[in-house]
Amino acid sequence: MSECIAGRAKAPNALTITDKEFFYGHKACAGCGGSVAVRLIMKVLGERTFTVVPAGCISAVGFMYPQLCFTNNALISTFAGTASMMSGIAAGAKALGLKDFQVLGIAGDGGTADIGLQALSGAIDRRDKVIFVCYDNEAYMNTGIQKSGLTPLGAKTTTTPAGRNIRGSRTRKKNMFEIVAANGIDYAATASVGYIPDFLNKINKAKFVDGTSYIHVFAPCPTGWGTPTYCTIDLGKDVVDCGLWYLAEYENGEFVLNKNPKEFTSVKDYLSRQGRFRHLKDEDIEQIIRDRDRKWEIIRKSWKTKKN
Amino acid sequence: MNRPSITKYKTPVHISEYPVGPCYQAGHLVTENAGWRTEKPILDKEKCTGCFYCYLCCPEGVIFKLDGKIEIDYSFCKGCGICARVCKSEAIVMIREAKDGADGC
Amino acid sequence: MISAYPITPQTTVVERLSEMVEDGSLKSEFMHVESEHSALSACMGASSIGARTFTATSSQGLLYMAECLHYASGGRFPIVMMNANRSLALPWSIYGDQRDSLSLLDCGWIQVYAEDAQESLDMVIQSYAIAENLKVLTPVMLNLDGFALTHTYEVLEVPSSEDVDAFLPPFQTPYKMDLNSPKNMAFSSGPGDNMQFKYQQHKAMLDAIDVIRDVDESFFRLFGRRYGGLVEEYRCDDAEMVLVTLGSITGTCRVVVDELSQEGWKVGLLKIRFMRPFPEKEIMELSRRVMAVGVIDKDISFGYEGTVFTNVNSAIAKARTGILTMNFIAGLGGRDISRQDIRQMFLHLQEGLLGLEKNSMQFINLRVAIDE
Ligand SMILES: Cc1ncc(C[n+]2csc(CCOP(=O)(O)OP(=O)(O)O)c2C)c(N)n1
Ligand code: SF4
Ligand code: SF4
Ligand code: SF4
Ligand SMILES: [Mg+2]
Repeated sequence: MSECIAGRAKAPNALTITDKEFFYGHKACAGCGGSVAVRLIMKVLGERTFTVVPAGCISAVGFMYPQLCFTNNALISTFAGTASMMSGIAAGAKALGLKDFQVLGIAGDGGTADIGLQALSGAIDRRDKVIFVCYDNEAYMNTGIQKSGLTPLGAKTTTTPAGRNIRGSRTRKKNMFEIVAANGIDYAATASVGYIPDFLNKINKAKFVDGTSYIHVFAPCPTGWGTPTYCTIDLGKDVVDCGLWYLAEYENGEFVLNKNPKEFTSVKDYLSRQGRFRHLKDEDIEQIIRDRDRKWEIIRKSWKTKKN
Repeated sequence: MNRPSITKYKTPVHISEYPVGPCYQAGHLVTENAGWRTEKPILDKEKCTGCFYCYLCCPEGVIFKLDGKIEIDYSFCKGCGICARVCKSEAIVMIREAKDGADGC
Repeated sequence: MISAYPITPQTTVVERLSEMVEDGSLKSEFMHVESEHSALSACMGASSIGARTFTATSSQGLLYMAECLHYASGGRFPIVMMNANRSLALPWSIYGDQRDSLSLLDCGWIQVYAEDAQESLDMVIQSYAIAENLKVLTPVMLNLDGFALTHTYEVLEVPSSEDVDAFLPPFQTPYKMDLNSPKNMAFSSGPGDNMQFKYQQHKAMLDAIDVIRDVDESFFRLFGRRYGGLVEEYRCDDAEMVLVTLGSITGTCRVVVDELSQEGWKVGLLKIRFMRPFPEKEIMELSRRVMAVGVIDKDISFGYEGTVFTNVNSAIAKARTGILTMNFIAGLGGRDISRQDIRQMFLHLQEGLLGLEKNSMQFINLRVAIDE
C-alpha cells in the first residue's frame, strides 16, 4: 500500500525502482527489445499483478514448462483474446473481492493491432480497469517475421519480400494510438525502450488510472530487423529522434505531445542501419519522410505539447 | 529473493508428478542461458559511476545493483552487448567468450 | 462471473440473467463482450483466479468459440456453458439440430444433453458440481435443443437459493492464480511433456463418470430428483429393439414407445445424457440384451453417418454382440420429428431384423425422392 502511494507521487527511476525481477531466465533472442519493455513494466507494476500474454514472442520465450519465467501470476491467452481474458480476470477479482492488484496485458503488434483489436476495443468500451501494453516490433516475429498491421512502409518481412517488383511492405502502420483514443479510452500513451524514464512514468500513470489504459511501446527486434543485438536501445531512441515515432499521451480527451524535436535526425541513417530497409531506394526514403512530415504537421498543429 | 534461481528439476516418472493441468509455481527456472553467449560483458568498477542506466536497459534483468555499482548474473547473461553500448562512462567492455568455459580474465 | 454474446435462440437465457443481476437476485458480475470468443476468454480469465463462471451460446457462436473451447478444457477451467443447439450455416437457419455441439465433440468438454426444462435447470446446478470436482476440472457444455427447450414454457420446480448454496458451496481450488502463491498458467509444453497433459485430460474425463453418478445421487437426496448418470433407459428391460436419443426428442420417443408397447411391440429407448464422457459400458451392456439398436442423429458427418451413431456403433462393436444397428438422420435444420417418423424408424429396424431393409443409414422425412 505504501508503495502505491509513493508510486502515485512519483514514477520510479533507476535508483528507486524495485530490485525485484519478474521476467527472468526467458529464452528471448539476445538484445530483445520486447523483453526490455516487459521487464520494466513488471518492475513498475509489481508482484500483485496478473499478467496476460497472448501467443507471440513473449509467451513463447517465457512459458515453456518447466521453465516458467514470470515470478508473478501470469498466463498465456489465445492470440485474439488478450483483452477479454484481462477483463475476465478483473471481473473475477471483483466478484471474489480481491483488492490492490493490477491486470496487465502484454501483446505484440499483431496481437494488438490485428487479431486482438476487437477484444481490446471491447475492454475500452467497458472501461475495465486493465492496462494493455503493445510491444511493437513491427511484424509477426514469433512465426518468422511476417507483415502485420504495424509493419511500416518499405519494411522487408517474409511475406513482404523486397524484390524487383515490390520493395517491402506496401502498407503503412495502423495508427493504434489514435484508434484507442477514438474508442474513448481513459489513458493512452506511446513510448519507446529508447526513452526509458518517459516509459516508466507512463506505466506508473497507467497504474492509477480508473479505467482502461493503453501503452504502445516501440520495441526493436534484432532478429526480425537485421540489426546487431547491442543496438536495440539506440534504435529505440533514434526512431523518436528522426520523427518516425513520437512520444505522446492521450488523457482527458486530449492529445499531448511529450517530445517535440526542434530538428529531426536523419531518417536515412535510422533506416540504413537495419537489414529490413536496406533495399530501399532514395525515392522510397523520400516517401517515408513525406509521410512523417505530414503527420508531424498535424500533430504540431492540433496536439498540446507537454514534457512528460 | 529478488530474482529466481535454478531449481533442480526431476523429470517425472509417474503421471502424478505432473502439475494438474498447465498451472505451476511462478518463476520456476530449470536451465541457464549462459551458453548462448559469444561475448561477455566485463565491468571496470573504477569507471562505473553507478548511474544504473545499463541496469534499466538489460533485456534479461541480469544486471543488479551492489554497493553503488553493478554486478552481472552471468548464468543468465546472453552477451547482447546493450550494457556496454549504453554506458556513457565506457565502464563495460565486451570480450570474446572463451570456448572451453574458462573466461580468460 | 457471467459473460455472453447474443445469438438466437440463446438470448432468452442471457436476457433473464441480466435481469437477475440487475435486480440483485443473482450476485454476479455480468460482462458484455463483443464476441463469443471474448465471452469464453473472459470466463477463462475469471476462472483462472478461481471465480465461478457461466456463459451461453449457440450454433455460429459456439463455432466462433472453437479455439477457446479447446483452450478452456486444456487449461482445466471448470466453466459451465449452456449451448442452445441450433443448425449451422450455410444455408442459414436459426432452428434446431445438434450439429453445432456434436461437431465439437472432441474439444475436451463434458457434453450433457437435457430433455426438458426441469432437467435443464437441474443440470446447470449439477454441472458446476461435476466441473469443479478437483478430480474432474473440466468444463461442461449443457446442451438444450434450440426453441424446443429455450422458447417453451413448462411448469417446473425451482429449488431455493439456500438449498442450491448448500449443494454447491463456493468454488475452492489450489489450481489458480493466487496473490499469495503466484502461478504461471496456460503455458506451453514441448513434445516431451505435452502428451502427459493430454493424458490427464482424458483421465479426468473418465473420472468424471463416477463423479456424475455421485453428484446425481447427492442431488437426489437434497432435491428429490435424479436422472441416472450417463444414460437413462426407458422400457428397455424386455425390449428387442431400442432407439437411442439425445435431447428433447426423447419426450416424443417416450410417447411412441408407450404406444407401440401397447400394440405389443417389444421396444424401448435409451436416452444418452452425456456424449462425453461417453456411456460406453451402458451401451455395450444394452447390446447384450437387445436385437437391434437404432440411433437418431440430428446431425451428420457428411459423407459418412451421424456422430452419435458412430459413437454408439463403436461401443457395440467392442461388445462383439453383432446386433443390428441403424442410423436415422432426422430433424436437420429444425425439421420436425413426428411420432410418425419415430414409428417409421422402428419399422425400419424391424425390416432390418427380417433382412428386408439393407440400408444402415437413412434420412428420415426428407420429403422428396432421391436416387438410390
Ligand atoms: C488464432 C491464431 N492465429 C495465428 C497464430 C499464430 N501466431 C502465433 S504468434 C504469432 C505472431 C505474433 O506476432 P506479434 O503479436 O506481433 O508478436 P511477436 O511475435 O512479434 O512478439 C502468430 C501469427 C496463433 N497462435 N493463433
Ligand atoms: S524475434 Fe525479436 S521480439 Fe522475438 S524474441 Fe527475438 S528479438 Fe525478441
Ligand atoms: S551504465 Fe555504466 S556507469 Fe552506469 S551503472 Fe552501468 S556500468 Fe556503471
Ligand atoms: S550483455 Fe546483455 S544480457 Fe548481458 S548484462 Fe549486458 S545487457 Fe544484460
Ligand atoms: Mg510483433
